[in-house]
Amino acid sequence: MLEIRNLHVSANNKPILRGITLTLKKGEVHSIMGPNGSGKSTLAQVLAGRESYEVTAGEIMYDGKNLLDMAPEDRAREGVFMAFQYPVEIRGVSNMYFLRAALNSIRKYRGEDDVDAMDFLSLVRNKMKLLQMDDALINRAVNEGFSGGEKKRNEIFQLAVLEPRLAILDETDSGLDIDALKIVAEGVNALRSPDRTFLVITHYQRLLNHIVPDFVHVLAEGRIVLSGDKSLAFELEEKGYSWLEKEPVG
Amino acid sequence: MIQAVRKEKDQYLANFAEFERQGTGPVPDWLQQLRKASILRVAEYGFPTTRDEDWKYTNLAPLSRTAFGLAGPTRLYDQLSDHWLLGLPGPRLVFVNGFLSSDLSRRDGLPDSVQVQSLSEALTHAPDLVGRHVGKYADPDEHAFTALNTAFMKEGSLVVVPPGTVLETPIHLIYLSTGSEHPFAVHPRNLLLIGANSEVRIVEGYAGQAGVAYFCNPVTELVAGDASNVDHYTIQAEGDKGFHIGTLRTCQERSSSLRLASFDVGGSLVRHNLTVTLDGEGANALLHGLYLGASDQLIDNHTRIEHVKAHCDSRELYKGILTDSSRAVFHGRIVVSKGAQKTDSKQTNNNLLLSNDCLVNTKPQLEIYADDVKCTHGATIGRLEEESLFYLRSRGIDKQAAANLLTYAFASEIVSQVRIGDLRNQLDRFLFAWLGHVPE
Repeated sequence: MLEIRNLHVSANNKPILRGITLTLKKGEVHSIMGPNGSGKSTLAQVLAGRESYEVTAGEIMYDGKNLLDMAPEDRAREGVFMAFQYPVEIRGVSNMYFLRAALNSIRKYRGEDDVDAMDFLSLVRNKMKLLQMDDALINRAVNEGFSGGEKKRNEIFQLAVLEPRLAILDETDSGLDIDALKIVAEGVNALRSPDRTFLVITHYQRLLNHIVPDFVHVLAEGRIVLSGDKSLAFELEEKGYSWLEKEPVG
Repeated sequence: MIQAVRKEKDQYLANFAEFERQGTGPVPDWLQQLRKASILRVAEYGFPTTRDEDWKYTNLAPLSRTAFGLAGPTRLYDQLSDHWLLGLPGPRLVFVNGFLSSDLSRRDGLPDSVQVQSLSEALTHAPDLVGRHVGKYADPDEHAFTALNTAFMKEGSLVVVPPGTVLETPIHLIYLSTGSEHPFAVHPRNLLLIGANSEVRIVEGYAGQAGVAYFCNPVTELVAGDASNVDHYTIQAEGDKGFHIGTLRTCQERSSSLRLASFDVGGSLVRHNLTVTLDGEGANALLHGLYLGASDQLIDNHTRIEHVKAHCDSRELYKGILTDSSRAVFHGRIVVSKGAQKTDSKQTNNNLLLSNDCLVNTKPQLEIYADDVKCTHGATIGRLEEESLFYLRSRGIDKQAAANLLTYAFASEIVSQVRIGDLRNQLDRFLFAWLGHVPE
């Protein structure tokens, strides 16, 4: 469902990704691990459509369509969702209004009617329960005054409401204490399905104890240097990342 | 430039001669003297120029260039009869081109003790009351446009709320400017006297017909008595060829609470001179403002908060949204007198620029003569944040809708301060329309 071929990406003329090739099939959970500055978040942002990066070579096919040709909103409407590493605070826009606007624009793209107010409310309630979120958060402005953990939980809550086909989690575990991490991971696990693909980006293996991936890839200096199954994550936890830089593979 | 100034003076002096000739009915002596003294002030000093520090960014040449004559009564207000300001429920005085319209005004729903009169009515029925107050707060010697207004003082509104009155319904004072062959000037004068322990909400609205050249120069004096609770809203929705120079002068007595909000949603060249005086211990003032600028509008807000007595609080938040080649000026001055210890004052001005050609000049100014006070100010000028736009778009909301949503959110902080539901909804609707959006 997602094919990344020889992707090269620069920011301010500085190369960050130097030839990524990666295939994700429907229903699979892939994890990308790697040291700081290896380009993990860049990959997530490029997939979501961030315009400040320049794709200098390569292509990304999503369900047979050229993802790089699509505006960020169209990617979202086609079922791509990125949970932000640093969710943005939007003053003056309530979570409820924002989510409904988002859901309706996705539905409109699919040729469906706007969501019924009561249906929306019950959908929101269910998903909030899944993430054990405080009811009050839904009427507050998007992420405004949320704690770090509440923001991350809010990202997964949005994921749950919008039901994307490709979910990219960009360091969703960072800044979470162990209890919050478990809740978020349980939320994600509940959303795993044969129709939904996950790309889980993390610096630490600890998240992968709870969201067990099918595949693990290691990114270093803008390249995938190692791929394997979940056991690779344990190996990395033990050895750290420094050995990769000494003996580059791939 | 000099020629223009001379012409503008001559024009108003000629108008004044005409105005005196037209004078109907007896005019109290004090008013005659006040008018004469004021026109002399106009003749002596003329209009300010950009060399004047307070008018540095607001060039009045377009105003001076136009020969505004006296307005005559008219019934041609069809094009304004469905204006949203007239859709607000509740008692109201409505003036068309400076003349009271009895067709559009309605005074039912007010307790007998509360006076809502046109100024001409008040000058007939209670000239002494008017004489005791008018010009005592807005000094014609202080500002050229207050002098001009005072020279032509004839019509406007008098609101007197006796002590201990809680008014459930807001009072609306609405000034419409409409079809006339020649450019004309109107000088509404409002006197709002709120007694001790009273609670009242007053809306001053100004609207004009598109394409009509006119100059609206209102002056309002508002006195908030001891422990009163007053909301005052100014809605400036003049037509696209309308000039508006408005003066609002408030005086607060002990423990009074004043909430002011100003909305600029129209006009070609607009200037507000707002002076708030906290003249009784424990008084507090809350000032909000929202100005929306498009095409080549110029909107200038000059505010001055005078902390005269101790233990007073003031909070001021003005926000501006500019697009096209519009310009805005915000100048916020806070003056803390020697005796005003324990003053707590905070001023903020935030501006959102939506185009490359718009411009804003913002200038906070603190003058503090007391030593135990807390005063802060801050100003920002910025664009929509890329981060926020991307966040909304990444959830499926298209670019324009995301920009509108963020702009709306920026402005809604001010709109939400309005404590009259109908007015808040109308402003909300206007804001959506201004953003080219359709409300849900």
